[in-house]
Amino acid sequence: MSKPRKQIHLAAHFPGVNNTTVWSDPQAGSHIEFGSFAHFARTAERAKFDFLFLAEGLRLREQGGRIYDLDVVGRPDTFTVLAALAAVTERIGLTGTINSTFNEPYEVARQFASLDHLSGGRSAWNVVTSWDAFTGENFRRDGFLPQEERYSRAREFLATAGELLDSWQGDEIVADRATGTFLRDARAGSFVHKGHHFDIHGQFNVPRSPQGRPVIFQAGDSEEGREFAAADADAIFSRYSTFEEGRAFYRDVKGRLPKYGRSPGQLLILPAATFVLGDTDAEAAELAREVRRQQVSGATAIKHLEFVWNRDLSAYDPDGPLPDIDPDPGEHTVARGRAQVRMYRDPLTTAREWRELAAAHKWSIRDLVIETGNRQSFVGSPATVAATIDDFVQGDAADGFILVPHVTPGGLDAFADTVVPLLQERGAFRADYDGTTLRDHLGLAHPDADAAAERAAS
Amino acid sequence: MSSDIPSPYPLPASSPNAPLHLAVALDGAGWHPAAWREPTARPRELLTARYWQDVVTEAERGLLDFVTIEDSLGPQSSHFTEPDGRTDQVRGRLDAVLIAARVAPLTRHIGLVPTVVATHTEPFHLSKAIATLDYVSTGRAGLRVQVSARRNEAAHFGRRAIPPFGIEELDTPAVRELVTGLFDEAADYVEVVRRLWDSWEDDAEIRDVATGRFIDRDKLHYIDFEGRHFSVKGPSITPRPPQGQPVVSALAHSDVPFRLVARSADIGYVTPHDGDQARAIVTGIRAAQEAAGREREPLHVFGDLVVLLDDDAGAARARLERLDGLAGTPYISDAKVFAGTPAGLADLLLEWRRAGLTGFRLRPAVIGHDLPAITRGLVPELRRRGAFRDAYEARTLRGLLGLARPANRYAATSATA
Ligand SMILES: Cc1cc2nc3c(=O)[nH]c(=O)nc-3n(C[C@H](O)[C@H](O)[C@H](O)COP(=O)(O)O)c2cc1C
Repeated sequence: MSKPRKQIHLAAHFPGVNNTTVWSDPQAGSHIEFGSFAHFARTAERAKFDFLFLAEGLRLREQGGRIYDLDVVGRPDTFTVLAALAAVTERIGLTGTINSTFNEPYEVARQFASLDHLSGGRSAWNVVTSWDAFTGENFRRDGFLPQEERYSRAREFLATAGELLDSWQGDEIVADRATGTFLRDARAGSFVHKGHHFDIHGQFNVPRSPQGRPVIFQAGDSEEGREFAAADADAIFSRYSTFEEGRAFYRDVKGRLPKYGRSPGQLLILPAATFVLGDTDAEAAELAREVRRQQVSGATAIKHLEFVWNRDLSAYDPDGPLPDIDPDPGEHTVARGRAQVRMYRDPLTTAREWRELAAAHKWSIRDLVIETGNRQSFVGSPATVAATIDDFVQGDAADGFILVPHVTPGGLDAFADTVVPLLQERGAFRADYDGTTLRDHLGLAHPDADAAAERAAS
Repeated sequence: MSSDIPSPYPLPASSPNAPLHLAVALDGAGWHPAAWREPTARPRELLTARYWQDVVTEAERGLLDFVTIEDSLGPQSSHFTEPDGRTDQVRGRLDAVLIAARVAPLTRHIGLVPTVVATHTEPFHLSKAIATLDYVSTGRAGLRVQVSARRNEAAHFGRRAIPPFGIEELDTPAVRELVTGLFDEAADYVEVVRRLWDSWEDDAEIRDVATGRFIDRDKLHYIDFEGRHFSVKGPSITPRPPQGQPVVSALAHSDVPFRLVARSADIGYVTPHDGDQARAIVTGIRAAQEAAGREREPLHVFGDLVVLLDDDAGAARARLERLDGLAGTPYISDAKVFAGTPAGLADLLLEWRRAGLTGFRLRPAVIGHDLPAITRGLVPELRRRGAFRDAYEARTLRGLLGLARPANRYAATSATA
């Protein structure tokens, strides 16, 4: 008997504040008006995607002490826009990135529980741990955390939020008019949490929501980040979208599950993926080259190099050779508020490798950034892209993808119309939603079902 | 009168010919503790989107200016400062900002004003949440700022301790100091929120393909707020919202909160019990406004009333008695409880308007009964008397309230720099 075909999970990342969004395209619309979000979410839902994904950044990026002005700047509040999207969609999951350093568990648990009620069980939380003092300047309490404490707080934050969300069982509201009993038990929502980061007690004031808890995503890549995901997350938003890197990450993270008593199906690996479609593979390749040049202007290439060099490189010609001076070691002062800065963990080595690469290929600064930067994950005709995505998933390089189109808000339209039907023909992607909650779409158990099973087993 | 043209008068007119502004305050099944037991109540649906959609749509059918949505960072309680452990009243609620956002795309004209608690939350988060509510409602957002002096709610955050006290201790020096501190913090909070709304100039997004610049960063501003309770750098991550400044409102019963209204708000809700009290309160707020140097800025003063409306005044009073019977005690409120006919309420509102109130926020005792009585009974009655609109005359909440779209406080500095 052959193995049943793995089902692909697909999600849509709203193109906003990142290096891949092309705002100069004539088709690029507003990235802040609600109409853009509604269009994007409806397209993803029409295509039967699992969920829509929003990233977050809590301080505007800076370069050389000034606000970075070359990429899209500005985004809406995550919870608010997701709640509004719940009104214009019916099934698609709504995933919000919410930081665990610059928030408090009682408030975040209430917001997710509220979103879950208001969306009929479609909420998910991407727990991120960006911790820095730069971002902390926008917040009034405990400005920021030492880096080594970020996951300790994230873990305790998530556990505490879980305690709050579980403090209502779901059957407390009886609303019996005749006897005047609204609540079965006056203590509904009671909690006590005493820990290193939080010492709180009282009563949670949102009764249990359809999913009980939001689906949990994790997006960090460090050793601690991977352990955090293996222990506590339902899905990982990863950055490895090539086949070999994807397989290695997949094996690594799924291999960590047994020690937490979890099985491979309980943690989905969903890399971020970009795509460029054309009528033919050749046309798509040509388009992808154009998109890369739109994404990386000369000015952008210089700024990108500064992420690594940690120096002002504005005097360099983007069409000329790489700087022969070395990166400035130590605290990064040139570019702030950027995840990419942390990506290059060893700037000296990165710089040396880049110089060698550029010399060998006779690449200018801009060529180098185009060639080494965010390569498009999937480039080709719809048939090619469908086959590649299916191969990645069947080959355990991923459980699916979080697609990041480069144009707002219509960047998903062609994918929905051309690639999705081919995946459906292959029997690898749903023709319609089976369930109503995000847990249903992702094949994850409902936490209350877990609790019931535990009760039955004990 | 069309669109959002500013009124030439600094103060919202309270003359007998000025249009009356009308809002409803939404809370669970209604403001009477026994409201949920009425046949028109939907007590098992209070946490559903459908319920809120139906209720706000009904308010919009009545052409009301806006709805407010109550909230708190702990369970509802009949006790002034502590949880009450009761099981015979509605307990449990959803985040008010998210309710407002959830109904925004399903309504077109009505303003959406959620309650936000300043005491334990971050002004940075809240500023972008309300800015986003303004985007998703295309210019209909506001907020009602509230402080929390509850010990149990402080324990939900574990960051500061609030001493126990009862309502009878409100006038003791210790409690006065506590309350004054909380309101000063709320004023700072609103200041931060407002600066963040202005931290982007309206035309900051330039999409200049020639130079590759998406924004003109000279039109983004650090707010550099330094206060006693917090400091915030800015700018916001969310561009300036459609209204520029969404509408800020607060409920106020005494001098300390009057000062918050005078310093920070576009609308103050007050709770007079008769026309003379209304006059005295309006005078007090106008004086505080002058003291705050805002005498030239428009500031609405709305009267709050709990209402039970029936075509027959006796029926309304009997209904209140029956509800009180179910609750076990007579309902008392900070606001006047009005039980009577829509015509009787219209008389009262027009009389109090002569005391200087510019609008009213009605708290339906039973939403399922008294909200439709407002939209289908009171509103036509006021309209017959020429005191209420026939159609929505503006697309934004500020427009409905006769408030101009404010200039950006930072725009001038960058123009002269
Ligand atoms: C694919 C991906 C997406 C991320 N998205 C966000 C985001 O939207 N907001 C944010 O603050 N951090 C984001 N992060 C950063 C991580 O959450 C995390 O804070 C950071 O990677 C540092 O943790 P680490 O050392 O475990 O990698 C993202 C990381 C990855 C890999």
